[in-house]
Amino acid sequence: MARSGGVDVEIRYHAGMNCLALLRRLGRLYRVLTWLALLAFGVASGAEIPSIAAAADLRYALDEVVLAYQHTNGVVARVTYGSSGNFFTQLQQGAPFDIFMSADETLVQALAARSLTRDAGELYAIGRIVLFAPRGGPIMIDKGFTDLRRALDDGRLSKFAIANPAHAPYGRAAREALRAAGLWERLAAHLVLGENVAQAAQFARSGAAQAGIFALSLALAPPFADAGTYVVIDPSQHQPLRQRMVLMRGAGEAATQLYAYLKSPVARAVLRRYGFTLPHE
Amino acid sequence: MDWDALRISASLAAATALLLAVPGIVLARWLAYSRRPWRPLIEASLTVPLILPPTVLGFYLLSVLGNGAPLGALYHRLIGTPLAFSFTGLLIASLVVNLPFTVMPMQRAFAAIAPELLDAARTCGLSRWRSLWRIELPLAWPGLLTALIMTAAHTLGEFGVVLMVGGNIPGETRTIAISIYDRVQAFELESAANMSALLLVISLAALMVVSWLGGGRRRERGLL
Repeated sequence: MARSGGVDVEIRYHAGMNCLALLRRLGRLYRVLTWLALLAFGVASGAEIPSIAAAADLRYALDEVVLAYQHTNGVVARVTYGSSGNFFTQLQQGAPFDIFMSADETLVQALAARSLTRDAGELYAIGRIVLFAPRGGPIMIDKGFTDLRRALDDGRLSKFAIANPAHAPYGRAAREALRAAGLWERLAAHLVLGENVAQAAQFARSGAAQAGIFALSLALAPPFADAGTYVVIDPSQHQPLRQRMVLMRGAGEAATQLYAYLKSPVARAVLRRYGFTLPHE
Repeated sequence: MDWDALRISASLAAATALLLAVPGIVLARWLAYSRRPWRPLIEASLTVPLILPPTVLGFYLLSVLGNGAPLGALYHRLIGTPLAFSFTGLLIASLVVNLPFTVMPMQRAFAAIAPELLDAARTCGLSRWRSLWRIELPLAWPGLLTALIMTAAHTLGEFGVVLMVGGNIPGETRTIAISIYDRVQAFELESAANMSALLLVISLAALMVVSWLGGGRRRERGLL
């Protein structure tokens, strides 16, 4: 009994030493980590960096615009790409974006009606959609959806990518175009829905889906060069994608300047190059 | 490699683990020793974030942190910036999500201490505080450290809740897991691959440390 007690005390002693050394080491680690956390908070709160919530169809076009702005003004803007409907919900919850570039102008108007924006915003582009098939895939692209119809009959098509029509404007336009072509009901079982239009484009480009409908601005972007073939869908086949942007109520001076730049000839030239129809032209 | 995202993930992981350390110990110790009838209810409530889909958690957290909710509105009035879609909001969400990852290993560590030892300590007149400091912590520390490492590692990998509550804002709430998702959508596969590899290495390293700590504890118990 006495011996086992002795062993016990010895173990407790060793464990205690381990613990003390560990605590000391943890103390040092703690200082480093607090410093890191403070750094994160400091950077997050003290910055005057304008932020943009942008519809995913702008991913490559806006990257160019923001880069050009950085070169001329030295200001780096933070851009988050996603579906306009998602941003609409987030902005209502108080998401700290300065500028909202929506692919659907009614969303901007709804935010304005709730006094969350500075004004009613501005129409900046009208979007187009394309029917796309990846290179080396089983489907040929044509304006009348002829081969797509045939592919549905002979089973060459297993997946067709569009953005989620529930909250992505480009998904809604895709649905309208497919309805107009009389293909919506037949394609329903084959649809794979991207969380936003860029993800839908990625599904189609990677070959995971054999075809898809997404924004012309993405089909014209560098990663899609030689990635497949596309045809622009006749704009009469869907509601026009009137894209409106707006300054949010809390936007600062840096964001106001960036917003003005987004309306400048330089920015408009980039948007035109990415296939957008521009207002007032 | 998105260094901003890595910095945010590291800060979030460190802050989550450190802030949960003390409440985790208190809760885990209570859960390990308590015989109260409502203990299972408390334990289940703490563990439920483990089972719930991240979207459900994200939805509830948003409805608490958003500007329309009392907590979110109060914070907005006091601090002047919204709580949802901010690093602080993300940290609050992370604390809730990670509570079970902290408490469960800690609880096991405390439960593994031989009750005879605690009885002996009590008999020798050690106060609860001294018993914790001199007996329980020295015996349970591998488990406690395991809990904190698991918490930090899990925070690095958290995706769904972060996307819903944080909203993918670069430099603020875009963690490394979100950045990988974003890079894949932008076809920057090399960047995504680098960050994925980094996360894989970190996760493996964390689990190796945990395994090493577990082995150490087993040896100690073997001696007893």
